[in-house]
Amino acid sequence: MTKYEEFLIEKGLFITAILSIIVILLIIGFIFKEGLPAMESYGFLNFIFGMDWSPSDGQYGVFTMIIGSIGITLLSLLFAVPLSLLCAIFLAEIAPKTMKRILKPVIETLAGIPSVVYGFFGLIILVPFMRVQFGGTGFSMLTASLILTVMILPTIISISEDALKSVPHEYKEASLALGATHWQTIKNVLFPAAIPGIITAIILGMGRAVGETLAVIMVAGNVTQIPNSIFDPVRALTSNIALEMGYATGLHYNALFATGIILFIMIIILLVIANYFHYKKKVVIGGGYL
Amino acid sequence: MDSKYIIGIIVALIIVVGAYLAFAGGSGEQTTIQVAGSTSVQPVAEKLAQAYMEKNPNVKINVQGGGSSVGITSTQQGQADIGMSSKELKADEKAGLKEYLIGNDGIVIAVNTANPVSDLTTDQVKDIFSGKITSWKDVGGSEAKINVITREDGSGTRNAFEEIIMGKDTKIIKTAIVQSSTEAVAQAVKGDPNAIGFISLASLSSDVKALQINGAAPSEQTVLDGSYKVQRPFLFLTKGDATGTVKDFIDFCLSPEGQNIVKSEKVVPAK
Repeated sequence: MTKYEEFLIEKGLFITAILSIIVILLIIGFIFKEGLPAMESYGFLNFIFGMDWSPSDGQYGVFTMIIGSIGITLLSLLFAVPLSLLCAIFLAEIAPKTMKRILKPVIETLAGIPSVVYGFFGLIILVPFMRVQFGGTGFSMLTASLILTVMILPTIISISEDALKSVPHEYKEASLALGATHWQTIKNVLFPAAIPGIITAIILGMGRAVGETLAVIMVAGNVTQIPNSIFDPVRALTSNIALEMGYATGLHYNALFATGIILFIMIIILLVIANYFHYKKKVVIGGGYL
Repeated sequence: MDSKYIIGIIVALIIVVGAYLAFAGGSGEQTTIQVAGSTSVQPVAEKLAQAYMEKNPNVKINVQGGGSSVGITSTQQGQADIGMSSKELKADEKAGLKEYLIGNDGIVIAVNTANPVSDLTTDQVKDIFSGKITSWKDVGGSEAKINVITREDGSGTRNAFEEIIMGKDTKIIKTAIVQSSTEAVAQAVKGDPNAIGFISLASLSSDVKALQINGAAPSEQTVLDGSYKVQRPFLFLTKGDATGTVKDFIDFCLSPEGQNIVKSEKVVPAK
């Protein structure tokens, strides 16, 4: 009877484990089923490299939005990565206990704020501020990236802090024993050893930035154009889907799913790059690695 | 082993009861009315349907969006019993359809409260939104660039604005900022002294300044007497004359009770 129970539990665990895979396969299947017709009838290259998105005239080119998504994401990483890595180093190595006790919950709260609140804050405070400071309308790639920066900070900080903390203590002791200063130890020993984890942190942050929709809709301006500068409004791929899903029928509807396919492919590429670096940069010691 | 049997029986019971509940709704003497079309009319229609279903529990009304054109074609093809349209029908669209006007909605051209301009003609509005006029100075304001704010493609308010103001051949300028809701447009206009946007009269607040168009300020009164030009009808469409339950529902919408609901949604009643 115990054997029978063992069998049941094993299979039960297997089913729960495979459930997530089934769900993701179903979603992928659905997106491709709905999106591919649009790509076929409009032409794959026309769809990706088309500059004109105007569903009422039957124009479905998403190139401006690919640029928009990439631009917003890269710009926010440019702000967020240095900030959050320094913050993580501070938290893991330098901060006194009491300070840590305050900082940690604050950063976690930052991650818990709903994105619509960030978006509304951006629309009410940041957009008028940017207009006064830099002219234009205030809706811009830069405004969106600034909001996203704050949104992805907690992700990158907490994961890279964990990575720094999980570097074996012996490394630090050995480095300090050899006469290196604390900063030298951080820079030359701890940081390089934690690199795979830090890259994972950055990629997860990047994933959140690419996928963020609501906050971006509210502050990016959603204009389908290639931005001339970071002060120009842009539209992200996610915003495009959310903006028009409510009205879309027929080919327009399929084109929005096709936008989802492009988004999906972008995320896959990011994940592949991340895994590559994670694997390549790992520090091998003895039989295992960090 | 006993407990396993009990669990099995409970699961079986849940499935049977669940299936019964799921299918029971479909049986019995129930009539279903399918309503589809304009997303602008949809909220009003939903409220009307809700009130009607409370009074007539054996009628089920499904209200779906899709846009005015979907409302027109699906009524013509018989997929919907009632189509919703927030625009006047063209001659070729009218074929075989009967129109019922349930209300009128004004579209307000809104600017920042600090903007000195308070009156524009429809032509000026057209030139501003098409990008021909780019400075407030050209329409009697201060020397500043006009920031045009529009709604997303497919929005009912945008469609109506395009039809009434822009006409067939002119398009809203491509570099116009796109905001995803009436509220977002109002906030954007509130925050930018040089912005111009359009919102539904129903959601006009003191946050923004409503422009007079051709000398008429938007209000329930001016929409009703027709002196405010930027307005659109909220129409129910049926294929031929409405009959049976569909007719009863439309009669309810046009009754004083129904028109009160229309009014409570801040749409100008038809009567």
